[in-house]
Amino acid sequence: MSVNESWLLESKTFSKDAIREIQRAAKEGIYSIRGGGAKRFVPSFDDLVFLGASMSRYPLEGYREACNTAVTLGTRFAKKPIELKIPITVAGMSFGSLSAQAKESLGRGASEVGTSTTTGDGGMTQEERGHSNLLVYQYLPSRYGMNPDDLRKADAIEVVVGQGAKPGGGGMLLGQKINERVARMRDLPQNIDQRSACRHPDWTGPDDLEIKITELREITNWEKPIYIKVGAARTYFDTSLAVKAGADVVVVDGMQGGTAATQDVFIEHVGIPTLPAVRQAVQALKDMDMHRKVQLIVSGGIRNGADVAKALAMGADAVSVGTAALIALGDNSPELDSEYEKIGSKSGYYFEYQAGNCPAGISTQNPDLAKRLDPVLGGRRVANYLRCLTLEVQTLARACGKSDVHNLEPEDMAALTVEAAAMAQIPLAGTTWIPGKTT
Amino acid sequence: MKNLDLNNVSLRELNQELQNAQNGAQYVVENSNGKHNIAVGLNKEQSVTINGHVGYYCAGMNQKADITVEGNAGSGLAENMMSGKVHVKGGVSQYCGATAHGGTIIIDGDASARCGISMKGVDIVVRGSVGHMSAFMAQKGRFVICGDAGNALGDSIYEARIYLRGKAQSLGADCIEKEMQDEHRKELAELLKKADITDISVDEFKRYGSARKLYNFSVDNAY
Repeated sequence: MSVNESWLLESKTFSKDAIREIQRAAKEGIYSIRGGGAKRFVPSFDDLVFLGASMSRYPLEGYREACNTAVTLGTRFAKKPIELKIPITVAGMSFGSLSAQAKESLGRGASEVGTSTTTGDGGMTQEERGHSNLLVYQYLPSRYGMNPDDLRKADAIEVVVGQGAKPGGGGMLLGQKINERVARMRDLPQNIDQRSACRHPDWTGPDDLEIKITELREITNWEKPIYIKVGAARTYFDTSLAVKAGADVVVVDGMQGGTAATQDVFIEHVGIPTLPAVRQAVQALKDMDMHRKVQLIVSGGIRNGADVAKALAMGADAVSVGTAALIALGDNSPELDSEYEKIGSKSGYYFEYQAGNCPAGISTQNPDLAKRLDPVLGGRRVANYLRCLTLEVQTLARACGKSDVHNLEPEDMAALTVEAAAMAQIPLAGTTWIPGKTT
Repeated sequence: MKNLDLNNVSLRELNQELQNAQNGAQYVVENSNGKHNIAVGLNKEQSVTINGHVGYYCAGMNQKADITVEGNAGSGLAENMMSGKVHVKGGVSQYCGATAHGGTIIIDGDASARCGISMKGVDIVVRGSVGHMSAFMAQKGRFVICGDAGNALGDSIYEARIYLRGKAQSLGADCIEKEMQDEHRKELAELLKKADITDISVDEFKRYGSARKLYNFSVDNAY
């Protein structure tokens, strides 16, 4: 008997996706682990628009008039602040999670356009240090590969308290990605799952962290800017406490931020989107009279120049890109579709970063796969991408009459949805209404 | 022998002097008064004796230096130490030797909670007892406890070796007692000798380590 599909009514509660997940759980008995960030819809920078100059504002000429993009990070305490030519940095991703070729490519790309890249959980590699003019060294709970020599070689130190994909959670590098080199760097046997703790082993809370940061400064001669990275959750308080603990820079990572391997339930259900997090972080800095004195880096789902411009307009000093930088490198490229098919996926859908089978040679430790990525070409792609973003930000800034991208301000924007208006505290387009603030 | 008095020099001046010392230099630090971050980031073969109590992170990230504390130490003593030796004559607070990669830590008194957390190759000898969650996620290195251990000793331990003379209140996940073989008796004897412990026999110890059941994720040991 044939089924008339138009008569079948899908349950909104037990949707096809929900049913499929229950069936998967019953079969496998374990939560699903994946990479990437939240896939669900969340209010985002897409829900904001710029109000270009017109009669009441004066635009700058699109191609000729100067529009500064440089920014200095770490002006509060560090003797040697970091000078970036563009307000876009490459976020922390570990060697281990990524191939050495991918790390080198990111370093090459970032250096070409005058910005920084960041290590990750697993220590600093020579490839990365050698090819990154400005390298931020992540100081993580696991302290894998952590040593004072590398700390002194870094241009800045980022104390990682959490990340947007999993505020409150640790990490897991599955055994299949632990080859001899990764194992040696982490002081663990090969092929076993390596757990990264969710808390630092030697401090608890902001009072301890203040002492810890003094230790890091004492060991590095007070030269390096010290960042504190938090996953977006109670962002107002987390930012205030980071400032109190002595941060030069606060990094706030929203729930769209990626990860190499985390439980899907964690990625989708913990943390808040980047949009409200930026506003809360800026508010905290302003309330402490620290806005622009302690710099703010925002990350989590940044894809294009519009995202960057909107983050800056809300008060961030710079942004970080992670997932987008991997895509620029060649991740999820349609050219690899026949390869993705072999591992049950497709370009545009591949976030199985934990599996170590990346056909693009990026999220893998398999030497045959990793060598597919040419670091020179990869670096060029990353540089191209970052240049494109920068041009887009300048275009938008000039249209708003700004000669510096950091002069963009909330007043330059309107919100398209009530949710975005409430979260960003920017008036709903066509009104003066900011939910919770004006009537 | 050079004297550095923390009543007269700042912490910054003290650490700068110690960090810029030559091999073979000898220092005595007076009036430590529980201050934090004393003698951190040293990387020469030098000796430093601190005549008093110290606060957090004393001898943090030490490389090569031989540091003695003639009192008690606060949290995070010798955290992430790479090499050298740190000797505390009194007791120590939490996270002693956290993530330390190498060198030797000797505690004459007791150590509080989380001693040897995530240790990555250091040797730790505690003459007294240790608190709960000691050797949590301990990866590598040797850990000798001459007294007792608190709850959850060696929880989620990897390849570190624990030698315990007294009793553990409980063992943590995946930590089990293991057979003492000649190889272990030999290394334990060397560690006791390094700590100048002559009144305790290696035969009084039991060895603990990883059952290696948590090494690869399996649904049957997920909780």
